[in-house]
Amino acid sequence: MDEIDRVIINTLQEGFPICASPYKKVAETLNISEQALIERLQTLLDSGILSRFGPLFHAEQMGGALTLAAVKAPKDSYDTIAKIINAFPEVAHNYAREHALNMWFVLATETPEQIQQVISQIEVQTGLTVYNMPKIQEYFVGLKLEA
Amino acid sequence: MIEPIDLELIITVQEGLPITSRPYALIAEQLNLDEAEVIARLSKLKQQGLIKRLGVIVKHRRLGYQSNAMVVFNIPDALINQMGQRISQFQFINLCYQRPRHGEQWPYNLFCMIHGKSREKVLQQLSYLIESCALENYAHDILFSRRCFKQRGALYFPSGSGFSHENRD
Repeated sequence: MDEIDRVIINTLQEGFPICASPYKKVAETLNISEQALIERLQTLLDSGILSRFGPLFHAEQMGGALTLAAVKAPKDSYDTIAKIINAFPEVAHNYAREHALNMWFVLATETPEQIQQVISQIEVQTGLTVYNMPKIQEYFVGLKLEA
Repeated sequence: MIEPIDLELIITVQEGLPITSRPYALIAEQLNLDEAEVIARLSKLKQQGLIKRLGVIVKHRRLGYQSNAMVVFNIPDALINQMGQRISQFQFINLCYQRPRHGEQWPYNLFCMIHGKSREKVLQQLSYLIESCALENYAHDILFSRRCFKQRGALYFPSGSGFSHENRD
């Protein structure tokens, strides 16, 4: 990854135009050719530095629901608990964190009602209390990690 | 409600935009629409907020952001919006939400993510944040992530059970 790649990543984290020739438009602002931008972007995706190039949807506006939840998983059954939780297709990601609440996962469901259903199923299958922490308010940040 | 054509469009673009000179023309071809209509509909979805953002999603670990911390505070309810807005302005804060407390087990109501290149750097940024916003008197905690067990993409359909990337790290 060189300086041009970094500029491409940083620029495309800010957004991408919706017009007939969007790559050309971005390439012009970066002072590179459209072909160079297309090739570099493809290489960044193929190499796994970028996980995706496209739209990020607003789950709630799509009719769905998201929540952040946590459990206190006992050390000796930690991996088993992780397996049970990760087997739910509604679990979008799951992280081990350093706290008494040591497993944190995001649930994404098609409807708001399903969040509670999935939580109840996880509680039954793991025997643990699930701490549900849906967002009350989101404060805007420019979602950007400088490359 | 989402119009059927918009839904088809969402399904088509959810895995990614074509990386070719006329991406929207290619999508249009797949859907039997014309390019101008695809552009108009995507612009509308963006304007409505259904598409939050269009662009690249980075794998932060691959960019060297190895230390990822969830930083949480217990902020008085009367101050939460003011503090949330202020904290979210810092360059190193990647996500910022108000969420419910859970009694003594979990007294925190403001959640932020800091993605840093080292643990030391993240701790420095946290100190800087606390000092800059005069947060010394509010209880806080920092939860570094140890392992990522699962991280899947943001497919909405056809399985329909996948949404966006909030709170991932």
